[in-house]
Amino acid sequence: MSNAKLPATTKKSKGDEITSGGSQDYVTMTIADQLFGIPVLQVQDVLGHQRITRIPLAPPEVAGSLNLRGRIVTAIDVRLRLGLTSRPKDKPGMSIVVDLRGELYSLMVDSVGEVLSLSNDDFERNPATLDPRWREVSTGIYRLNGQLMVVLDVPRLLNFTTMEAA
Amino acid sequence: MDDLLSEFLTETNENLSVLDVELVRLEQNPNNPELLSNIFRLVHTIKGTCGFLGLPRLEKVAHASENVLGKFRDGELTINPEAVSLILQALDTIKSLLAVLEATEAEPPGDDLPLIERLNLCAEGKLGSGAAPAKPAPAPEPPPAPAVAAAEVAPASSGNLTLDELEAIWNSTPGPTSTALAPVAAEPAEEPAPSHDLVVPDPDPVPAAAKMPAPAADAASGAGAGGEAATKESAVAAQTIRVNVDLLENLMTMVSELVLTRNQLLQILRSQKESEFAAPLQRLNHVTSELQEGVMKTRMQPIGNAWAKLPRLVRDLSHELGKKIDLQMLGADTELDRQVLELIKDPLTHMVRNSADHGLEVPADRVRSGKSETGRITLNAYHEGGHIIIEIQDDGKGLAIDRIKQKAIQNGMASEGELAAMSDQQIIQFIMKPGFSTAAKVTNVSGRGVGMDVVKTNIEKIGGTIEIKSQQGKGSTFVIKIPLTLAIVSALIVECAGERFAIPQISVVELVRAAADSEHTIERLKGTPVLRLRNRLLPLVSLQELLRLDDQEGGEKKTDETFIVVTQVGTYTFGIMVDRVFDTEEIVVKPVAPILRHIEMFSGNTILGDGSVIMILDPNGIASATGEMAMGETASKEATSVQATRQEDKMALLLFRAGAGAPKAVPLSLVARLEDVDLASVESSNGMPVVQYRGKLMPLVPIDPGFMIGQEGRQPVLVFADGDRSMGLIVDEIVDIVEERLVVQLTADRPGLMGSAIIAGKATDVLDAGFFLTQAYKDWFGSSSTDAYEEERALQRVLLVDDSPFFRNLLTPLLSVAGYDVTAVENANEALALCEAGEDFDVIVSDIEMPGMSGFDFAEAVRQGGTRWSGTPMVALSSHASPRDLDRGRQAGFTDYVAKFDRDALLYALQQTLSEQKGAA
Repeated sequence: MSNAKLPATTKKSKGDEITSGGSQDYVTMTIADQLFGIPVLQVQDVLGHQRITRIPLAPPEVAGSLNLRGRIVTAIDVRLRLGLTSRPKDKPGMSIVVDLRGELYSLMVDSVGEVLSLSNDDFERNPATLDPRWREVSTGIYRLNGQLMVVLDVPRLLNFTTMEAA
Repeated sequence: MDDLLSEFLTETNENLSVLDVELVRLEQNPNNPELLSNIFRLVHTIKGTCGFLGLPRLEKVAHASENVLGKFRDGELTINPEAVSLILQALDTIKSLLAVLEATEAEPPGDDLPLIERLNLCAEGKLGSGAAPAKPAPAPEPPPAPAVAAAEVAPASSGNLTLDELEAIWNSTPGPTSTALAPVAAEPAEEPAPSHDLVVPDPDPVPAAAKMPAPAADAASGAGAGGEAATKESAVAAQTIRVNVDLLENLMTMVSELVLTRNQLLQILRSQKESEFAAPLQRLNHVTSELQEGVMKTRMQPIGNAWAKLPRLVRDLSHELGKKIDLQMLGADTELDRQVLELIKDPLTHMVRNSADHGLEVPADRVRSGKSETGRITLNAYHEGGHIIIEIQDDGKGLAIDRIKQKAIQNGMASEGELAAMSDQQIIQFIMKPGFSTAAKVTNVSGRGVGMDVVKTNIEKIGGTIEIKSQQGKGSTFVIKIPLTLAIVSALIVECAGERFAIPQISVVELVRAAADSEHTIERLKGTPVLRLRNRLLPLVSLQELLRLDDQEGGEKKTDETFIVVTQVGTYTFGIMVDRVFDTEEIVVKPVAPILRHIEMFSGNTILGDGSVIMILDPNGIASATGEMAMGETASKEATSVQATRQEDKMALLLFRAGAGAPKAVPLSLVARLEDVDLASVESSNGMPVVQYRGKLMPLVPIDPGFMIGQEGRQPVLVFADGDRSMGLIVDEIVDIVEERLVVQLTADRPGLMGSAIIAGKATDVLDAGFFLTQAYKDWFGSSSTDAYEEERALQRVLLVDDSPFFRNLLTPLLSVAGYDVTAVENANEALALCEAGEDFDVIVSDIEMPGMSGFDFAEAVRQGGTRWSGTPMVALSSHASPRDLDRGRQAGFTDYVAKFDRDALLYALQQTLSEQKGAA
């Protein structure tokens, strides 16, 4: 269990608007060989493989729930959320824990990379031709050396149809 | 100091400091209605509590301030600095009165007429109202204007005042006079802006009071009291600390984490045979467990704590309103989260007050409409599914739909047309709107329209709902449903298809193992599984199918063995099929994530001791998902089984051996649990052996007083429990459980034994559990004497009506020993059913506090109904035996009235009653 705890900040402001000039810090991760990023301030924790309790009758994207230091965290399979196939069983995977309106969610991804400080000049809106499912959960794309990084919008990522049914 | 008083002081002081800040903010933002209504409510609360505690002087000041604030709220007055400082002054007066109250536990004599007059003037709009200038000095109307300034300027113009007036002003403006003096004196010459200065220095009277060198004799007492109060205040503060619930919450999380780490450590330890860490880890283990329990406890409180004030409140209300009110509180030990408790405390008080004020009629009206003079308010709290339900019920006139309509039109909340289209239920909802009050006049008690909207907001804040049922002429019921969030419940852990789930223990009736080789097998009716259980068909629900679980653990299905959790929801009983049943565990219910809330099968989730997350099943959800079949049928079956509790029927008896002589027996229903105590864990306290049991000390009592407890090994113990208390009776060996009719043949003269009976073909001593209970706790019953009662043994028939199974089981053997033929029923309705069934009794013994029909109503029903029982003497059993209750009991038709726990008195009363009856016959 590799718990790389990031700077202890209890309340995080979500979705800082990206302005021109200056730079933003992102935690990067890979899902199906694609690079994704989440603003670092929204990230609570990075977890290794966890024991997850399945939740019957829950939406397919909800992988289950896990115990993070006494708090119950809902695990979301980001692969399924992005319309990809689920991860092969033999790969352990990692998770990024984010906070949304006081609730913790654990985003299950293939692997978590590093924290990158990216210049706003490299930021671009989603291409209009992007898969609608991805467009819905992404705020834009960063042009990096040799690859593109998709910025995930946490509130929208966690807002699947059933969510407001509560 | 009186608990009530000290709580009032803490609370009011807190409220006052909030008020200080809020008032200043209000002055800066006069158009903020939220701020204003908050202030209004705070003052209203202070006034209310003062009234109930019988503090007229405080109440008057608060009442006058509230009037002014009320005018602000209704927009009749505009908020201006003068009025605000006046109210702040009133608050200061309240503070100084509180200081004296804290020091002497009584209000200081005297009154605050000058202040109240000014407040009233202000409320009438004659003071600083409307366009009146901000500065007091150039105000157009001479008399009121100096009055505003009087307090501040008083010492300067003292030459014109008599000593009495000066003292009055001194009382009303305790400290800040000196601080406020300078700006006031300077002010008239300056521009209007500094008028704020009048207000700002006020809020902190303590330093000012300390500054006072006490020049005059009169002043000395005041200042002295103030100084004393300052030291006293710290004394009160030292006993209780108010801790932010968030802090507790954090603590709880940390402790949970600690527990998990501990568990991991223990796991590692188990894998190592010899380790020097063993002893310290064991200690860590204990400390952690205790810490966890302690932290949990800080959050949980019985709801009775929120009710503690109510009897007093109702008593005072009944005097004030000239009504006769009987307050019944049931389920006071239902535990709920402290935070929730705090939030429902005020709403409950409001609602009880409303019921007393608006709901119940005056005695004359009640008699006219054919009810008893005394109105009843019943509070009932209980767990149901994942919720805590609190019912506030009154038998008053019910909500007046017409009046609500009128008022709604008057307040412009709805038009007549709209109202015509609404159902009664919708109309009732208006009473929850802010500013709504149907009471014809604004009384001291209620009627300002702060009540129900606060109630609603507070309850909704904690995710609860409130439901109103009203029946014209019959009374109204408010049902508050609060989710069980954070409340600790005991849950049964089960497994199904490799997943574990928790089922709240409260809805589990029993567990049945069904297998091919056992006496229970699952049968199928067109695919629907059912189980024959004691000659009834129990519908079954497969958890695996219900939750659409696919077997992950390979295809190996253990179809040969299934466990059935028999679950009861309301009157619907059904079985949940699971693969395995584990232990029960105390769990803290946590709400599920918002994205999962639509799944009605779960009431929450929790973290178990081993750190895994587990979903908590909601029996209500499962019941409604599988259809609530057979409701009516089950209910009727239950009704026909009333007779089953007749004493003639067999009784389960626990046989055991202890000491020399015959085997001993005790009714099984009296025994809460059978335990095996490790003698090494027995400690001694107060010369009595005790053992730590479920976080409490449980005294151990041997049957033979000379019995010495060994040092080692294990000893079987019968645990008797009633409410909070438990007692362990040390026995040598538990022999058997038999069902026999208990007929005590010989009475014993040895204390602790009721007598002998033939049980399982052998002469057996029947134990008097009551005797041993009193050995453990002297006050378990009112009386501890255990003489043998050798009075006339002609079998006289006694009907015992008591809702508590404990007392039913205790009194039944007691009375049968005393030579009565006892029939015990659970409630008045069952008793009346027996009456209709043609049973006759020589005497009826009835409890007073019972859910549903109370003992009083029961007696009236028996007496007035012209039934065959109308001549049967009745003895009331009650834990309250005040003269008022006695009177009431007599009026209702009881022949005698006995305190509940006084067994001698009961037997004496029965004997008296019966011999009188004989004499009369």
